[in-house]
Amino acid sequence: MTGWDGFVFSFFNARVAADYAPKIVEGLLLTIWLALLVVLSGLALGLVLAVVRAAGIRVLNWAIIFTVDVFRALPPLVLIVLIYFGLPAAGLDLSGFGATWLALTLVLMAFAEEIFWAGICAVPKGQWEAGRALGLRFLPTLRRIVLPQAIRIAVPPLTNRTIAITKGTALGSVVAVSEILGAAQSGMSFSGNPTPLTLGAIAYLILFLPVVIAGRWVETRFRWKR
Amino acid sequence: MNNFIEAFLNVEIAVAASPILWMGLVQTVLLALMTVPLGMIAGLILAVLSAQESRWVRWPLIGFVDFFRAIPPLVLLIFLYAGLPFAGLDLGAWGAVALGFLLNTGAYYAEILRAGIESVPKGQSEAARALGLRRWQVWIFIVLPQAVRNVLPDLVSNTLEVVKLTSIASVVAVPELLFQARQAQSVTYNATPILMAALAYFILLWPCVRLLSRLENRQIAGRR
Repeated sequence: MTGWDGFVFSFFNARVAADYAPKIVEGLLLTIWLALLVVLSGLALGLVLAVVRAAGIRVLNWAIIFTVDVFRALPPLVLIVLIYFGLPAAGLDLSGFGATWLALTLVLMAFAEEIFWAGICAVPKGQWEAGRALGLRFLPTLRRIVLPQAIRIAVPPLTNRTIAITKGTALGSVVAVSEILGAAQSGMSFSGNPTPLTLGAIAYLILFLPVVIAGRWVETRFRWKR
Repeated sequence: MNNFIEAFLNVEIAVAASPILWMGLVQTVLLALMTVPLGMIAGLILAVLSAQESRWVRWPLIGFVDFFRAIPPLVLLIFLYAGLPFAGLDLGAWGAVALGFLLNTGAYYAEILRAGIESVPKGQSEAARALGLRRWQVWIFIVLPQAVRNVLPDLVSNTLEVVKLTSIASVVAVPELLFQARQAQSVTYNATPILMAALAYFILLWPCVRLLSRLENRQIAGRR
């Protein structure tokens, strides 16, 4: 075999690709499902924490800031491993999927809280005062006046951060989740050929390349005017 | 409660595991010290090149950067470590980690610095050229200092992410902090070493997170 044929045989092997493509597609669906769950729960929790922080109860705010700092400082993989191998000892047994979901949700929650909070702070104080002067209570002022403006400010940084954390679903392969990378790695060890890995890389590109490009567009479209 | 302490805060195991965790921490710091400067230099080169007028230079570079931003770093690392040997190219664990991190972090730094360079008004470099500065002098004395200042919070944030990224080197058996903690955990069948590793990451990176919070708040306050 010449070098080129060897390369094609290893990385673009049609027979191996046909054998393992269904597994990779299953992995792709699992990745999408996991990513959706993480995005929904992470953003929701982050928003809740930011709203609680806006209420300005000092002890609660310290607790929120500390929690956010913890999950911003810890590598996601460390969290996944800690939850997966550690929590069973505390009587809480999570699957690899559950552990990956929980870890990435906590990380996204922390980053989203920071970004939402920054957005809330960026809304001029006069907006709050005007809302209250019109007779709205704290929560309606927040919901109808401040949050719509804050979220608009938060969209570009939030988009990029969400994409980066969603890519962390690949870390699930370390705790035996058969998402794209997990499926590709087991395909590679069964077939003794790295073609499944090529398929996996292509699956990630199909999934994330449009998101990365859209993220760049969102960033220019929603940019906070300087 | 006793079970919990036994499983997470086991003093005996903590004492026994601390020497190898310390070795791991040293490796983590070395990995970060290798990756951050290399990634920054690669990102700077990519960013300056993609600021060129010619679209034949700019578009392939944007494609390159987007490609490596779309691929999860762990996928890239596994490909370099376990895939490339099939093509007769065995980089070893450290080589795969070095190349994978370089490509990944280089792409992220490039994207940030590109935004910074774009934020410097064109009049700045035109004025500098008109004053007789050479092209490289314009970059080094006029454009880059302002570009870096404008995106400083993003640069710090990405550097923090790079240090956290080094933990995935554990997957290809580079003996850094998380790898050593998992070794200790699998030998003792106890989660204390992993909690200690988490604590070490937190102590190492908390100052960085605090600094970043301040920078970001100041940036938002400045924009109002």
